[in-house]
Amino acid sequence: MSKLNSNIPAGELTQKWTKYKSSVPLVNPANKRSLEVIVVGSGLAGASAAATLAEMGYKVKCFCFQDSPRRAHSIAAQGGINAAKNYQNDGDSTYRLFYDTIKGGDYRAREANVHRLAEVSANIIDQCVAQGVPLAREYGGLLDNRSFGGTQVQRTFYAAGQTGQQLLLGAYSALERQVGMGKVQMYTRHEMLDVVVIDGKARGIIARNLITGELERHFGHAVVLGTGGYGNVFYLSTNAMGSNVTAAWKVHKKGAFFANPCYTQIHPTCIPVSGDHQSKLTLMSESLRNDGRIWVPKKKDDTRKASDIPEDERDYYLERRYPAFGNLVPRDVASRAAKERCDAGYGVGSSKLAVYLDFKANTERYGRIEASKAGNHNPDKETCMRLGTAVIKEKYGNLFDMYAQITGENPYETPMRIYPAVHYTMGGVWVDYDLMTTIPGLYCTGEANFSDHGANRLGASALMQGLADGYFVLPYTIGSYLSKELATKPIPLDHPAFVEAENEVRATIDKFLSINGSKSVDHFHKRLGHIMWEKCGMARNREGLTQAIQEIQDLRREFWADVKVPGSADEFNPELEKAHRVADFIELGELMCKDALNREESCGGHFREEHQTEEGEAKRDDENYAYVSAWEYKGVSEFELHKEELVYENIKVAQRNYK
Amino acid sequence: MSTGNMNLTLQIWRQKNSKSAGKLVDYKLSEISPDMSFLEMFDVLNEQLITKGEEPVVFDHDCREGICGMCSMFINGQPHGPKDLVTTCQLHMRSFKDGDTIVVEPWRAKAFPVIKDLAVDRSAFDRIIASGGFVSVNTGNAQDANNLPIPKAKADAAFEAAACIGCGACVATCKNASAMLFVSAKVSQLALLPQGQPERYRRVQSMVAQMDEEGFGNCTNTGACEAECPKGISLENIARMNRDYLSAKFISEEEV
Repeated sequence: MSKLNSNIPAGELTQKWTKYKSSVPLVNPANKRSLEVIVVGSGLAGASAAATLAEMGYKVKCFCFQDSPRRAHSIAAQGGINAAKNYQNDGDSTYRLFYDTIKGGDYRAREANVHRLAEVSANIIDQCVAQGVPLAREYGGLLDNRSFGGTQVQRTFYAAGQTGQQLLLGAYSALERQVGMGKVQMYTRHEMLDVVVIDGKARGIIARNLITGELERHFGHAVVLGTGGYGNVFYLSTNAMGSNVTAAWKVHKKGAFFANPCYTQIHPTCIPVSGDHQSKLTLMSESLRNDGRIWVPKKKDDTRKASDIPEDERDYYLERRYPAFGNLVPRDVASRAAKERCDAGYGVGSSKLAVYLDFKANTERYGRIEASKAGNHNPDKETCMRLGTAVIKEKYGNLFDMYAQITGENPYETPMRIYPAVHYTMGGVWVDYDLMTTIPGLYCTGEANFSDHGANRLGASALMQGLADGYFVLPYTIGSYLSKELATKPIPLDHPAFVEAENEVRATIDKFLSINGSKSVDHFHKRLGHIMWEKCGMARNREGLTQAIQEIQDLRREFWADVKVPGSADEFNPELEKAHRVADFIELGELMCKDALNREESCGGHFREEHQTEEGEAKRDDENYAYVSAWEYKGVSEFELHKEELVYENIKVAQRNYK
Repeated sequence: MSTGNMNLTLQIWRQKNSKSAGKLVDYKLSEISPDMSFLEMFDVLNEQLITKGEEPVVFDHDCREGICGMCSMFINGQPHGPKDLVTTCQLHMRSFKDGDTIVVEPWRAKAFPVIKDLAVDRSAFDRIIASGGFVSVNTGNAQDANNLPIPKAKADAAFEAAACIGCGACVATCKNASAMLFVSAKVSQLALLPQGQPERYRRVQSMVAQMDEEGFGNCTNTGACEAECPKGISLENIARMNRDYLSAKFISEEEV
């Protein structure tokens, strides 16, 4: 029944990628110069792919909606990037990174893809250091590591709390180097609004110049999307304001299947919502859970200040429930545990929707070590706190500053208040082993695809996947397709398929501008976000999802009848840009609810209240749901489900246990 | 939940496009919460303008957590407003008082032409990076990362220079619209690291040449850039760049 072929190479798991690389057809240098590749998106996945493809000799066009490729939201990733280097001599290996990622993803990811990711992880660190990315070091001059959730080794490389920034600036510098050499043509402030499919193959895009409003046609022998995740479907998320699903949704409507849309990552440590005006939520890096202990008062509705609550009246609920992993359980587990405590009435702060993240114990411990280094083996508490605070400041200073700035509270003196928020989307465009979608010649990389994280992504693995795809995977796999395209001459831009795609985009824009209704685009976005968070958020059930589908369909009709988009099409018009994005989010939201409704089990970030163990943990149904849900677009509100069975040959599938 | 009780007068630069003339326009806002960020206050204003059938104010912004470098407002004569070490998106209304008048203008520099209202074109910065702000290492050519030990102090100093977010506040605040702090941050990051040595002198020469070509002004050491930089990029970087630029003049052509 399935139209899906994951194209996983035959052979031993550990040999698949090596064999693939040595047998994939090559394109000679002269031919590469006549092959054109379009890369949409300039974050870690897009920029690294565009730069590497250009280095290899392909003619590349790269598009981003921001004013510079350096602004892509990869820049905001804080904590780190995983790699199986075993620099800490703690027993790490490619296999362990592979195993942790499959387990962390709650056994819903493809073995072959994840193993390849673990294999190339070490190359990423080498490449970034060679580019001059200043990762954190120890006094001996070697690279430092820290721990992240869901693992028992230290394999996370970092640059203070700005790892994403430093890695992206590395990829950006590689990209700009190719721009300077004329091998990449960069189109900033351009947004892809459709893909052009000719004879069943992706052959180009329609992009809007956001400054002039002009619609442009661009040809490519292949098209690569690296356009990020769709967390902003919830309106409030840790994503940038501009992060959107539009490019991915447009290709979905042209035939690319969309996989596992309901797998959403709710990050446990974000700054709580403070009011209705809020436009986005800010993450406090998972790395803080290395040194912060999470607790709530043991007494319900306790209104005392954190510092007034004695030690024996605090419930360190993660340490209590999961002694083996403690505060470093994976994100989905930590988020649900916080929600459970708050729903039960133990939340803190004015909204009661927050828990404490407390650094006091570790500050004191660090202080003791520092005092000891200085020869003081019996320091008083005050000395410990003073010296320890300096250590905490060096490790997490920028995060503490950000917290103070947003909340107006000093986190060095009082514990942080945190609550889960939408952060990452594991679902995305379906791709095969080559990262090719169901449209031949159309590839999808990074967060925009669904491939590596199953139902839950481990911390510090998003940066790893984005760069793995862009630097080390796609540049090889795309050769397999392009080697067969040598005879394809650039298709003239007046080809009927280009004309038709452009006309469709123009018609949509005209429609937006002609409705002239009474409510802003943001108004609809907020309402969509509310439905999604309440009914398709951290916990879902049949009744809520069924209601949500109806409510979203009603919202869609109201949007198209009553939205107000000011200004005109031929100018810089951010409201028009938002209208496109929100229209697509509304359609995606419906599919997410349908996917969540279909999946009658709990796994990773997808928690169906009907399916939980007696202890409230997610209960999978491997017999009936060990598959990837890949949805085919059939028309408004109509999606057909295709299933890709997941086969585990190298890992024993088990109930996740972090106790 | 916070309740808004601040009343404000905003004087905002409105300019249709790069060719038209602009002017300051007054707007009254009420019921603003001190917990709002400055950009969320602009969201409220725009929502009101849209409902009234007027054109919302165009401004650049994206991550709203102080790291992408996209937001760029010149607030009461200071880039990113009155608070030290924050971007506009991390500035909160508690930094202002009820009844305040706040003047908001775009970055002003010849090399940063206004696109519309408060949004400017900073592509000159990309072209400067493209002229040399990189290490020429193709993907796949790297040795094991720990084969190259780097003293922690050097690595930390390189990181501090690399923390630049490319927002352009340094240019906007400089009376000469000089881009020296931005350029020197990248030059320094790579000059401090062993990976940057092979191209060290060639890099500084091409980046400075591109900076001049873009129409940025000269540096007269007033230090406003360092004072206004939201990431605390140090003036030492400019000194380091000047030393390298001078050294490059005395080094034989083969070595550059």
